[in-house]
Amino acid sequence: MAIFIDKDTRLVVQGITGRDGSFHTRQMMEYGTQVVAGVTPGKGGQTFEGPDGATVPIFNGMDEAVAEAGANTSVIYVPPAFAAGAVMEAADAGVELVVAITEGVPVQDMARAHVFARDRGVRVIGPNCPGLISPGKAKVGILPAQIVAEGPIGLVSRSGTLTYEAVFQLTNVGLGQTTCVGIGGDPLVGTNFIDCLKAFEEDPDTTAIVMIGEIGGTDEQEAAAYVKASVSKPVVGFIAGRTAPPGRRMGHAGAIISGSAGTAEEKVKAFQDNGIAVAERPVDIVDLIQNALA
Amino acid sequence: MNIHEYQAKERFRAAGIPVPPGEVARTPEEAESLARKLGGKVVVKAQVHSGGRGKAGGVKLAGTPEEARQHASKILGMQIKGLTVDKVLITPAEDIGSEAYVGVLMDRKAQAPTFMVSSEGGVDIEEVAANRPEAIRKLTVDPRYGLLPHQALWLANALYDDPAITKQAAKVVGQLYRAFVDSGASMAEINPLITTTSGEVKAIDAKMSVDDSELFRRPEVAAMRDTSDEPAAETKARDAGLSFVKLDGDVGCCVNGAGLAMATMDLVKYYGGEPANFLDIGGSSNPDKVVAALEIITADPNVKVILFNIFGGITRCDDVANGIVTATKQIDIHLPIVIRLTGTNEEQALQILADAGFSAFTSMDEVVQKAVELAKA
Repeated sequence: MAIFIDKDTRLVVQGITGRDGSFHTRQMMEYGTQVVAGVTPGKGGQTFEGPDGATVPIFNGMDEAVAEAGANTSVIYVPPAFAAGAVMEAADAGVELVVAITEGVPVQDMARAHVFARDRGVRVIGPNCPGLISPGKAKVGILPAQIVAEGPIGLVSRSGTLTYEAVFQLTNVGLGQTTCVGIGGDPLVGTNFIDCLKAFEEDPDTTAIVMIGEIGGTDEQEAAAYVKASVSKPVVGFIAGRTAPPGRRMGHAGAIISGSAGTAEEKVKAFQDNGIAVAERPVDIVDLIQNALA
Repeated sequence: MNIHEYQAKERFRAAGIPVPPGEVARTPEEAESLARKLGGKVVVKAQVHSGGRGKAGGVKLAGTPEEARQHASKILGMQIKGLTVDKVLITPAEDIGSEAYVGVLMDRKAQAPTFMVSSEGGVDIEEVAANRPEAIRKLTVDPRYGLLPHQALWLANALYDDPAITKQAAKVVGQLYRAFVDSGASMAEINPLITTTSGEVKAIDAKMSVDDSELFRRPEVAAMRDTSDEPAAETKARDAGLSFVKLDGDVGCCVNGAGLAMATMDLVKYYGGEPANFLDIGGSSNPDKVVAALEIITADPNVKVILFNIFGGITRCDDVANGIVTATKQIDIHLPIVIRLTGTNEEQALQILADAGFSAFTSMDEVVQKAVELAKA
């Protein structure tokens, strides 16, 4: 099994004709993801050319992608000014999951989009995230497929390339993954650590969990308390930004220590106090997972 | 992006908030003439992107224009938390009856704008929150409806007993929300909101941070960016589309991805070194970005070694390797460069770098140890 996406995922790509959208659609199709529709307003009726002669119908709106192509999941590659609107359109059309890759979406726009999606019972992952991959089943987003492998580890992270680093090291020692989820580096994201921990706990194929956090906010601290209370599987943690100065944004919009809150020390301590083994270096994640599974 | 007090006050005035007049002076002479124009008794306030201006001696009351000039000559050029003051706000001194706090910020947990108000104003609100949480009233706004009139009144009721004053304050609370939304802010704060001895409510201080992702559609706010008190390298990096933060160490870091960039800095520290910067070159392998990154890193005289850490996912390692080779031909670099590349097309990348005479690694730990060793040599 896997969490959030699998063989039954029927994906619609919002912004399929754009530069990023078209490139990553081909990558997702090559991986075996069922891409059933694309949406670009004004290009309805056209066809997207995928790899190996495969084609994807393009629609003007999400309602048609759901009604006519049976899409149940959407991925968003539209520019920042339109991304929150795309999330709300997808939620209105009735997909179950919306994955927003776009970076730089105005936070006030996302505040409205998140509550809109929640009201309709739709899960949002992101924005400003690499998406997710369930090895051997489906990939939604931009995670490089060649570094993952099927196996028992669930991985959740706020970062992109740091996730790849950790996944790659796990794969290299033969530790494959059920699902790798990048929840995004923005201050307001639709799916947080706790949502992923809960799903991994319920997934019978996941035997251990890796949680990669960073400075800013208190999501890791709340997740640590949740692990102690409700997660029976071993969890290994890593926190990036021990050397980050307070008050400065470290790339990700959400990676900023405000006042005394959101420091790496605070998060490492919350992990340790709640029974989560903390890796000092990315390479230590592998050792700690191997210990946990031994 | 943080804006100055005088700029935040412009945004507040535009939303209708009663803010006393004020103008910016860059010389003591200007300060004196502005003080004369504003009635003589004024406050001289340092305009820097830092809290604690009062404690640092950057805010002074002047009884006369001459005194305003003297204060300005001391404050201009002063360092506050490492930032040099190059302008002061001159604003009339008010007769303060009471001081309250009113602030709104985008709350990550609530995923919505959240107000905090307190009748204990003029002090650090984080301290009030820690020591006397009961002195704070909080309200999360539903972003679909905005701040409703009864909610603004409920917040104002926590501040004052006199209904006439409460009514004025509720109006200010609503206007602050308007300013917050219209500026694309992530935080807007009045501390203190005062009542004058004659019963008027006024905002005599103003603070605002704007969401960087809003700037593309708010040119009037984007124009408020003041680069005068940030390191030149950070301005250059922003113009080149790079995410960069200057630090004090000697290992210059060039990494793709923000999380990996932070983890790389942490690993430098782990192995006994000190990172000179945070730098995310993003997913692009464009040689122009690599050139800009190298120019920025090498302009820092503290830097003794340049460390590349690239994880090729969608980005191809051979593209990045070509970028590094091209970039180092375009600019003259006398510092050792150590490179780690792994992921997509790693073999070709290592060959390209070896042919160009670079030592390349595939392990993050090895390359960081090497960089720290070279920095100490």
